[in-house]
Order: sequence, then C-alpha cells, then structure tokens
Amino acid sequence: MDDLILKSGQRAKIKTDSVNLFYGSFQALKNVTMDIQECAITAIIGPSGCGKSSLLRLFNRMNDPIPGVRVEGKILLDDTSIYDKSMDVVALKKRVGMVFQKPNPFPMSVYDNMVFGPRHHGIKQKARLDEIVESYLSQVALWDELKDKLKGSAFDLSPGQQQRLCIARALAVEPEVLLMDESCSALDPESTMQVEGLMEELAKKYTILIVTHSMEQAARVSHMTAFMMMDEDRAGTLVEYAPTEQIFANPKDKRTEDYITGRFG
Amino acid sequence: MKSFKEKLTERVFLLIALSTLSVLALITVFIFIKGMPIIAKVGIIDFVFGMKWAPSQGYYGIFPMIVGSVSVTIGAAIVGVPIAICCSIFLAEFAPVKLRNIFRPAIQLLAAIPSVVYGFWGVLFVVPAIRKYLGGPGLSILAGSIILGIMILPTIISITEVSLLALPRHYKDGALALGLTQWQTIRSLLLPAAKSGIVAAVILGLGRAIGETMAVIMVLGNAVALPHSVLDPVRTLTTNIGIEMGYASGEHQQALFATGIVLFVIIMILNATAQYITRKR
Ligand SMILES: Nc1ncnc2c1ncn2[C@@H]1O[C@H](COP(=O)(O)OP(=O)(O)OP(=O)(O)O)[C@@H](O)[C@H]1O
Ligand SMILES: [Mg+2]
Repeated sequence: MDDLILKSGQRAKIKTDSVNLFYGSFQALKNVTMDIQECAITAIIGPSGCGKSSLLRLFNRMNDPIPGVRVEGKILLDDTSIYDKSMDVVALKKRVGMVFQKPNPFPMSVYDNMVFGPRHHGIKQKARLDEIVESYLSQVALWDELKDKLKGSAFDLSPGQQQRLCIARALAVEPEVLLMDESCSALDPESTMQVEGLMEELAKKYTILIVTHSMEQAARVSHMTAFMMMDEDRAGTLVEYAPTEQIFANPKDKRTEDYITGRFG
Repeated sequence: MKSFKEKLTERVFLLIALSTLSVLALITVFIFIKGMPIIAKVGIIDFVFGMKWAPSQGYYGIFPMIVGSVSVTIGAAIVGVPIAICCSIFLAEFAPVKLRNIFRPAIQLLAAIPSVVYGFWGVLFVVPAIRKYLGGPGLSILAGSIILGIMILPTIISITEVSLLALPRHYKDGALALGLTQWQTIRSLLLPAAKSGIVAAVILGLGRAIGETMAVIMVLGNAVALPHSVLDPVRTLTTNIGIEMGYASGEHQQALFATGIVLFVIIMILNATAQYITRKR
C-alpha cells in the first residue's frame, strides 16, 4: 500500500498506521494502514461484519463509549494523533462530522435541527444563525423546498429530504471531514442519486469517507476504494486500497476480484 | 372456529378483568353516595372554601386542609423532583451497568418500605432536627415535604428512566457526532425529547404524594388552620379522614366521605393529565 499514488496536488488528510481495534477480547480490525486523501471521496466496501463501520467510527472516536473498546496503532488527522491523551474529543467531532445510515433528524423543527450544532458551539446571534440555515440548506439543495417550512417538524420531511437535512446539519458545524456510513441505504433511487450528486459537490471542499454495500455507488462516486474482509479470526483487514478505477477495472487481489464480480458473500 | 374450551377460558378471564373494574366502580359509587348529601346541604362553595372545620358545631369547611394537601405536595415536589430527575439521568446515561444493577433495585426497595416506617423515621429524626435547627414545633409542612419527597422518588425515577431509555439511540449519537458534550446532549436533546414522559412521571409522583396518609399523619401536626410558614403544622385531606373516621358518625361521617370525594377528584385530574400527556406523543 506504500506505493500508493495520491491524486496530483492532494495530500493525505487522515493517516492510519497499523491500527488494531478490539471490542473486549474480540479483535474487530487488524493492522489497518491507509492514507485518506484530502478533498476526495474514499469508499470502504466489503462483506457484512468486516469492520467497515468500526473503522469509520474510529475517525471521530464514536467507538469510545463502547465498554471494553481498545485501539492500537496511530491515526493522524492533519498530523495530530487523534487517540492522543491530550486530544479534545469534542473538538475532534466538530472537525469530523458524521451522517448515519438511517436519517436521524432530532424531534424539533427544521430550523432548530440546522442550528443545533452551531448554537452549542457558541453562535447566538439570530442573523448569523439564519445565515447558516440558508447557506447549508442551499448546499444540500433543500433551501428552495424548505424555506417556507423551516418552523415545521423535521419528521414531516420525506426520508430523502431528512437525510439531506442531516447532511446539512453536519456541515453546519463546519467540519473538515464527513463520514457517511451507508447513508443512502434507506433512500429510494432518486434520493440516492441526489445525495450522490451532493457528495461529489461536497468533495471539492470536504474530505469524504463513505461505507457502502453498493458496488455501483462506490464505482460512481468515489475516487479511492478500500476493500476489506475478515481474516480467519474474523478480524477485519484491509485487502486492497487503490484508485477506484483500478479496483474495479483490474483488482490486484483475487479476493477483491471475487467480491466485486459477485462471486463472494 | 374457536373451540368451546378456548371460548370458555376467554370468558373466565374477561369476567375476572371485569370484576376488578367493578370494584373500582363500587368504591366510587359508594363514596359519592355517602358524601354527596352533606355537600348538597352545606353547599359546594362553603364546603370547599369554608375556613372552619368544627363537626360538633356543624361547621364543615375543608379549605385549610386543601391548602395543607397542596402545600405538602408542592413541598414534596420541590424536594423530590430535582433529586429524582438527576438520579434517572445518572441511571440512564452515566451509570456503568454494574452500578446501575445495584442502584435500580435499591430505589425500587424505597417503594417497598411501608409508609408507617417513613412516618416513624420522620418523627424520630426529621421532626426533632427541624425543631432544633429551624424552630417551631417540628411537626410541619417541611417535615411532611421531606418525607413525601423521598417517598415519591421511586415512582418518578423509574418512569423518567424508562422514558429516557426509550429514546432512539440515534438521537444521542447524532448530537455527540455534532461535537456536543454528553451533558449538552442530555440537556438540550434528550430531556426535551423525553419531556412528556418526565412530566407524566412527576404528575404520577404528585398523585402518590397527595394520596399518602399514614406517614404524613405522624409528621404534619394535623392542626386545622391556614399555615403561615413551612414550619407550621397542617392537616391534609387524607389525614383528616384518617384521624376522624374512627369516631365520626352521621353528618360528620358524611363530611369525611365528602372530603374523600374532593381528594378523589384531584387525583383523577392528576392521573388524567398524566395519561393525556403520555398519549399525546
Ligand atoms: N459495540 C460492539 N461490541 C462488540 N462487537 C462489535 C460492536 N460493534 C461491532 N462489533 C463487531 O465488530 C465486527 C465489525 O462490525 P462492523 O459493524 O464494523 O461491521 P460492518 O462491516 O460495518 O458490517 P455491516 O456491513 O453489516 O454494517 C462485527 O463482528 C461485529 O459483531
Ligand atoms: Mg456497518
């Protein structure tokens, strides 16, 4: 993986070095080493249970509250080690946003959902908050649809709208990295296309990591693809990591080829 | 087609269910039949707002006792609700499983202590402490509020904890992922989201407080007069019935049933409100 050629002019936003993750005595990730490009979309694919979500959740330390969780190895975000004792985990989560599998709007209005993060990070002026709502809803192409329904409950939106609202809500705290764990799996094809279009747009400014079970989606939107699998101890390992065209056109590893051609799991 | 046996079992269960319902109906009807005549005679306004309670002279005004019940209940809320809510937040959000498994049954045990034991403890410790450090007779609204505040903890804690735990996990994850601290997440997302459950918990707790008799008889002093401070003794609707029922007869007895009607109505309103609030979401 060392010989990986990054897209010209781009640097690694996140670097992992020999990362192991344990849930109690169970090892969920083994020796994962990968560099994640800044301002690009990196897709993580692999069979169910191979540790894709676990890996993603390492990057914003969402695994921390799980009892018995243990991380070994190094994970660097812009060259600061995020598992360092001195790391401010709350500040890290501001820099690394996350969108979940199921749209998870909070039980409040569209407006309150949007300003939920910023408000807690100290922005109080109404004018500034209004500006944030408009600007980020516009980024996810919801502003025109919702500008007259800002006071309405976020639960009244369609699932596709809800997911885009959740993306906008995550963007509103101005993260640098966006983690998306199967964020289209609960959406209909049309909303999926919309969100994918949005990802491509966002990749100009943000570093995006997606986990997906859809090979087509990975091929369509991502620049880099990581293929993971469980080894014989059921621990997740990184099998192949390369530019997306290369993974899908001529995978180096037999197991990758089997997986993407559907001969596996 | 259901078999005959199946139908029969169904009927039997229905009958048993109905019989519990009929007990409720019977008690209600009984209290109302016994109590309504005196309310009709005295007049509902004079009965509820009358200041003088002197059965031997034919005065039946229960206003001081309504004030007594309400003040002790509010006092219990002030003492108990903050503790109960903090406790449920701790149990639902912070406590490690091991600690939770110790705490939860311990709190349920509070509910199993007979109220006379609470009263006894109040008389032995709370009342003398108030007399010594704050003055007055010790037997007081404050003493009752402290005892009741503790007695309502299990009700409020268990319902609040359940409504916090019932919130979808992804609310919390979503807020934490936005960079909120755990405490910010609880305060601005989880508590508001569980609001209806918490309000219902508090109302049910207050219903329990206003209906409690034995413990408060022992610590309230039971004077029929409007209190001027929390250190004054009061009599509540329940204690009025508990104290006088043993020797009352005639109109006096009817007036005690009528006191029961007022209590019954207050508790019904509280429970209906709690049900309405929980159902609404
Ligand atoms: N909180 C946890 N405690 C213990 N084990 C866990 C926990 N979360 C995940 N695991 C285990 O870690 C392994 C990887 O899980 P993970 O959810 O990361 O897989 P995944 O690749 O995202 O799977 P899927 O495609 O089904 O979402 C699995 O064996 C899973 O059982
Ligand atoms: Mg997953």
